[in-house]
Amino acid sequence: MLGDIGAAEDALQDAYLVALERWPRTGFPENPSAWILAAARNRAIDRLRRERKGREKLARLAALEIASPASDPFEEEPMKALSDDRLGLIFACCHPGLGVEGRIALTLRTLGGLTTEEIADAFLVPHPTMAQRLVRVKRKIREAAIPFDVPPPERLGDRLADVCAVLYLIFNQGYVASSGEHLTRRDLCDEAIRLTSVLTELMPQEPEVMALLALMLFQHSRREARTDAAGELVPLHAQDRTRWDFEAIDRANDLLERARRYPVEGPYQLQAAIAAVHANAREPNAVDWEAIAELYARLAAIESSPVVDLNRAVAIGFACGPAAGLTALDTMHLEALENYHLVHVARADFLRRLHRFGEAREEYLTALTLTRNAGEAAFLKRKIAELVCHTERSER
Amino acid sequence: MILIYQPKQERQPTPEEWAAAMPAWEAYGAEIQKRGEFVDAAPLADVSSATTVRVRDGKRTVTDGPFAETKEVLGGYYLVNAPTLDEAIELAALCPGAQYGSVEVRPLVEM
Repeated sequence: MLGDIGAAEDALQDAYLVALERWPRTGFPENPSAWILAAARNRAIDRLRRERKGREKLARLAALEIASPASDPFEEEPMKALSDDRLGLIFACCHPGLGVEGRIALTLRTLGGLTTEEIADAFLVPHPTMAQRLVRVKRKIREAAIPFDVPPPERLGDRLADVCAVLYLIFNQGYVASSGEHLTRRDLCDEAIRLTSVLTELMPQEPEVMALLALMLFQHSRREARTDAAGELVPLHAQDRTRWDFEAIDRANDLLERARRYPVEGPYQLQAAIAAVHANAREPNAVDWEAIAELYARLAAIESSPVVDLNRAVAIGFACGPAAGLTALDTMHLEALENYHLVHVARADFLRRLHRFGEAREEYLTALTLTRNAGEAAFLKRKIAELVCHTERSER
Repeated sequence: MILIYQPKQERQPTPEEWAAAMPAWEAYGAEIQKRGEFVDAAPLADVSSATTVRVRDGKRTVTDGPFAETKEVLGGYYLVNAPTLDEAIELAALCPGAQYGSVEVRPLVEM
């Protein structure tokens, strides 16, 4: 809206100050976030007037005011113009002209309200590095004139996919930290879920946004069960299902159901559908692996990737037996993933189930050299130790 | 077309540095004008503001940054009327950018 993230942020901060001054006196408004944005817009107008610059921007803001005459946000529902402002900010933060790291940092800083230090810690980079990254990304927005607008309809699909990708990257960074001691950085997961919820409210007719939120909720529902007391990873089939968050699963099922009413089946919907098969199985043996293999095949048809192929091979392995899984894995041209530890974990698992313990052990050892996650490393070491027992028993 | 490449800067020039560099550029512009060969010119914003666009099979990809990571980046251009390469080289050699970066001379294709 202001074409300058610095000005927008300042205006927002001013509004928070006003809110802090006013709420203790006037009571908490029905919709605090809408109120803050309404106040932020008024503050931005003040600021622009004071500066006597940016006449065009002033005209645009004035137009917004006319479009949404509700000047008392205590009385009114959140307004469309407000939603558009906020959406515009989301689309600017996730603009493809910005580097991916910059998009993530800016989204967390501007929309998530995390401090620079918190973001730096979540991504394991020194504080000054993150501060510099934010400065660079804001400068690019200003100099390249990245708009704070909702894209036109013909561009909306691609740009919305970019926004979803940033939100899902934030979630994943929280879900499996790629390195370090903490397997789950829940703050980032919670933040990604919150932001995606906001997006579903701002764009209530977008099935992929609903599906993305469903996908996050399905995965997040297992947060208490996926690590044990020692912080080690517990695989899905061994998890204590009573510790799953069934409230989150119900909410995710509803969202997925709503997304399915639309004619288009997008990549997030397919991924959410796969997660739903797992989340709705009452016991590990009840998982419908054939359905999962079929969903992965559909996903590969719209978004071909070696990771999707790998997952399909794993699903085939459960649906049709380890020999079929191993064949699928070997025919899928996964050369690009030779350095990806999960390929070796999958192959090791098939080999183990085929009682080819020596080969299985070699694959687990390779995987162990490739993972940087302490929880996963501990899990792999346990697998290797189990195999040693097996091998000794079979030799006896 | 005179394309002015310059070594990638670690930082933005200070206002003082800008002020110190300006007279040479003004003199260069004035010289081309005087020769009656000026068509158009502009400096480009810092390469950190660059965005690269590709369209493949109708699918658009937009990425941050310039097309190639090189030591020298395009910093600006002059469009001049020069009937021959030698005349263009004369004009290019006068360019202040030639003294610290490099200047590429490219004819426009008549269409």
